Amino acid sequence: MSDRRLRILIAKPGLDGHDRGAKIIARALRDAGFEVIYTGLHQTPEMIVEAALQEDVDAIGLSILSGAHMTLFPAVLELLHERGVDDLPVFGGGIVPPEDIAELKQQGVRELFTPGASTEDIVTWARTSLQPRG
Amino acid sequence: MKSAQTAAQPAPPASPAEPERRFTTVSDLEIEPVYTPAHLDPFRYDERLGAPGEYPYTRGSYPSMYRGKLWTMRQFAGFGTPEDTNARFRFLRAQGQAALSTAFDMPTLMGYDADHPRARGEVGREGVAVSSLADMEALFADIPLDRVSTSMTVNCSASILLAMYFALAERRGIPLDRLGGTIQNDMLKEFIAQKEWICPPEPAMRIVVDMIEFCTTHAPRWHAVSISGYHIREAGSTAAQELAFTLADGIGYVQAAVERGLDVDDFAARLSFFFNVHNDLLEEVAKFRAARRMWATIMRERFGARQARSYILRTHAQTAGCSLTAQQPLNNVVRVAIQALAAVLGGANSLHTNSMDEVLALPTEAAVLTALRTQQIIAEESGVINTADPLGGSYAIESLTDRLEREAFAYIDRIDRMGGIIRAIELGFPQQEIADAAYHYQRQLDRGEKIVVGVNKYATADAAPLETLRVSNDVERRQVARVRERKQARDSAVVGQRLAAVRSAAREGRNLMPPIIAAVHEECTVGEISDIFREVFGVYRDPAWI
Repeated sequence: MSDRRLRILIAKPGLDGHDRGAKIIARALRDAGFEVIYTGLHQTPEMIVEAALQEDVDAIGLSILSGAHMTLFPAVLELLHERGVDDLPVFGGGIVPPEDIAELKQQGVRELFTPGASTEDIVTWARTSLQPRG
Repeated sequence: MKSAQTAAQPAPPASPAEPERRFTTVSDLEIEPVYTPAHLDPFRYDERLGAPGEYPYTRGSYPSMYRGKLWTMRQFAGFGTPEDTNARFRFLRAQGQAALSTAFDMPTLMGYDADHPRARGEVGREGVAVSSLADMEALFADIPLDRVSTSMTVNCSASILLAMYFALAERRGIPLDRLGGTIQNDMLKEFIAQKEWICPPEPAMRIVVDMIEFCTTHAPRWHAVSISGYHIREAGSTAAQELAFTLADGIGYVQAAVERGLDVDDFAARLSFFFNVHNDLLEEVAKFRAARRMWATIMRERFGARQARSYILRTHAQTAGCSLTAQQPLNNVVRVAIQALAAVLGGANSLHTNSMDEVLALPTEAAVLTALRTQQIIAEESGVINTADPLGGSYAIESLTDRLEREAFAYIDRIDRMGGIIRAIELGFPQQEIADAAYHYQRQLDRGEKIVVGVNKYATADAAPLETLRVSNDVERRQVARVRERKQARDSAVVGQRLAAVRSAAREGRNLMPPIIAAVHEECTVGEISDIFREVFGVYRDPAWI
């Protein structure tokens, strides 16, 4: 295992502009010592997967508050699968009902954080669950 | 029976080594233990307050305030197909709500038709899907457009949606000068906070001014811009930042319209505002009072408006969505009641109360009803409507009003020195200030310096979840099929001509509203007209500052 800093892509898919959460998480992870790349708003799943592979990240975090999570998470997982990178962890946050969380985890999303999660919860999860790839 | 255990620990006994507890507003303004006349510097009643309905309007926009006319209860609604939202509108009207407020879905808001690949998964989710005039017709079926006040929350595609509303009125034989309502159409705050855009700030501003100009002439009862602090606050700003950036945006619009050649007194009274109302009751009451005084000063001193009606800041308010919690969601009813009370004590002219379940999903009919009843209880039972500005003259309120005004004017001065609000946005100034404030607040929450009941204090094990509204995937399939069908049924030669007329007006700087209205009459769509904006004006990209 290398001791390089973990690289995390924080991505904001979908058409909405709710980037408060994404930016807070990006800052909190950066302040906690992670290397963070933030995509900005209005990204398609294709753009996100492309950025993740180009930047050679160790994980992708998606922030979704538009209700489109059941379309966008699976689309990112599917594109990763097509590119042969099934081991790149995808996690996320946003307004996601419990039954959808269960379904998305079954499909391969590693963790989902919902409103009220503290940045410390997320940083702790990232420290304990993510590893440098390759 | 033992109830669920609270996860919170009892506070440790205060020790001298620990920092003294700070007493601050939700925006982190330090508050004095008590306010006295010494905090009013000095108390010049006539100059700084005045009677309600008189300059500088600190005490209210109208002399009789809520005795004369209650605030407008306006619940924002929209989801699924136009028929779904039409049913919700009719329900709200039957429950005593006189005004409508329309939420559109993300594809509509961003200028995509339901059948565009980027609309996948988003059709009808966060609002109603409207791609063409036929959808608008279904949305307002059996609603008398000349007898309701309609608000439409839409920004970068606002010109197209307003054109559809006007075209629908024309089809029904209603003259545009009889239409009353508001379109949000505040692009500056989009770049600052809500971040739904098509083209860059300069052309976006030109379209807004086209709409102000068109409405001033043809639809004089229509509010062509609702200058919005709501989203600025939701993005994490403080109260002072909300006040400052909202009024700075207002200055930007007035300046641009005056530069277009409009007389400030011809359009100023049709500018409306939209503020957030958060948990901190005293700070919020002060904010509304400061907003009215600041705007009156700006209009008279800075723009030389001469008519009293140009000085008056009229505002809609909405309770703070960002204050609601997914944990113990019934607590949200109480938060909303406190916030709504603050809006009324602050003299808001129109109010939306959020539903307890909005942090989880779009609200159910039952939750919306409780939210509306909250306003009705304040209006009919609490007694606060009996007298104008009941907290006016309180040392604490007056001092806070002065303080928010000072802080906000200091921001406006900085923005002026940068060269105005568009330049400040290009530099990322308001965006960064808000992101810093949002992060600061989150860190305070994480350290327990700020409390959210049920989240970082008095937390309980998961309670029974609320029943939430789900929008079925069927909505998207049906809407996509409808849009495709209608596109096929049109006369493509006429459609091409109408779109070409929009394109040439865009290129040549002529007012865009007449050709857009003509285009939507022929079922040209939100996506097609937005594509012309993208082609002629270019597409704005998120600078993605962290």
